[in-house]
Amino acid sequence: MTLISAEDASVRFGATYAVRDVSMSINHNEIVTIVGPNGSGKSTLLRLLVGALPPTSGRVVRRPGLKIGYVPQRLSLDTTLPITVERFLCLPHRQPKSKQDYVLGMVGLSNQRHAQVSKLSGGQLQRALLARAVLTEPEILILDEPTQGLDQHGISDFYALISGVHSDLGCAVLMVSHDLHVVMRSSDHVICMNGHICCQGAPTDVSDSPEYLALFGDRDARSLALYSHHHDHAHHHATHTHD
Amino acid sequence: MEAFLIRAALGGAGVALAAAPLGCFVVWRRMAYFGDATAHAALLGVALSLALSMPILPGVLLAAFAMAVSVTALTNRGYAQDTALGVLSHGALATGLVAISLQGGMRVDLSAYLIGDILAIDWTNVVLIWAGAFLVIGGIYWRWSALLTVTLQPDMATASGLKPEREQMVLTIGLAIVVAVAIKVVGALLISALLLMPASAARAFARTPEAMAALAAAIGVASALGGLEVSLLLDTPTGPTIVCTATAIFAVSVLLRPWLAITD
Repeated sequence: MTLISAEDASVRFGATYAVRDVSMSINHNEIVTIVGPNGSGKSTLLRLLVGALPPTSGRVVRRPGLKIGYVPQRLSLDTTLPITVERFLCLPHRQPKSKQDYVLGMVGLSNQRHAQVSKLSGGQLQRALLARAVLTEPEILILDEPTQGLDQHGISDFYALISGVHSDLGCAVLMVSHDLHVVMRSSDHVICMNGHICCQGAPTDVSDSPEYLALFGDRDARSLALYSHHHDHAHHHATHTHD
Repeated sequence: MEAFLIRAALGGAGVALAAAPLGCFVVWRRMAYFGDATAHAALLGVALSLALSMPILPGVLLAAFAMAVSVTALTNRGYAQDTALGVLSHGALATGLVAISLQGGMRVDLSAYLIGDILAIDWTNVVLIWAGAFLVIGGIYWRWSALLTVTLQPDMATASGLKPEREQMVLTIGLAIVVAVAIKVVGALLISALLLMPASAARAFARTPEAMAALAAAIGVASALGGLEVSLLLDTPTGPTIVCTATAIFAVSVLLRPWLAITD
């Protein structure tokens, strides 16, 4: 079942294309990741798919009534707006306390319930944003570079959380990410952007494609090395704890 | 108490009540200059109404609304928003002043529109102020959660099925109404103060957006009534005295904030 699809969709600001002739789709329960260098239109594509930007040409179709859980990169929040974590979870619609308790426990913020959102650390804020997004039991979770600004430890914790949400809710996951090694390990479908989609497909197909290698080149080689290393490491670790 | 004092108290309280919740959004969304520009445009509206011998209110509403639309249009054409606001705001203020002085033959009391003349409002004004206040408070109450979500993150709001531009329009219309009814009370130069000061003072004591809006309303009404009282005692112009009272309350909140931060 297709949740969101784009057909030859383009976004143009003035004379420049931010995203050009994109065709793609996200299906039920699928994990799709958008990768690409800075300024390659990743975030624009995400905004296009969410509906925050209209396509200049082509079209974007969201299944009618699709419930989206959106995790933004950051909030335009400063200290002038007082808001507790609890109140933030109930935006835009109030949610039952039992559900709030459940998601706060899941992301490990149960003791921050009455804390001011502006006082949370970077990692805590990301988890609060995730908690709000999953509270309404979305069919698709959309995340815009969710691990930016987190340290290595925070990054792997956050991806573990997302994968937990994915299996718990059975929702699709669409995200923009810089963490190539994680992307390659856990995505079903990878979209490699550079203004247009230069290649897309299963992680292994994409990482072997000449377009991908040309785009990430050297960096990619290092990332894949890192990927294998982390993969071994995680695998090891898992075996160890399960034994 | 004399009737003109009752009218002044009712008018001041009504404007303060409408300005408070709107002022919270002005503070949260960093729209302070937007408020100023809308208020300055109101003066142009006054001039227009006088020239056409029309009632002031629709002229002011129209001018304030046109200002909001022009700022958005200029910003979309690539001008920085503070530049667009600065140019349009002072352009409107200057044009308004010139246009009022051109009203040949009749003598217009300019200061009544610049700093207000709350002691001269009639019952029609009081009724219009309260009608405006109910409209603004009702609109914000109705869209409250949506407005908060859009303020925190527009794309997040879109993903939840809201339309950020439509919510923004609620604030723009609300601002035009507040400016239109407040011009007689505090004047075009000081309307922004009634938006900003109670909300900023309330911030020190609030832990939720709802508490901040309610407190801002209380502080606004206290400033209006306190300022009216003080202006009678000292025989000072009422509009500026109301704003002085609000400034004093804000100053106290700044001093108290470090102590309150413990509970944050």
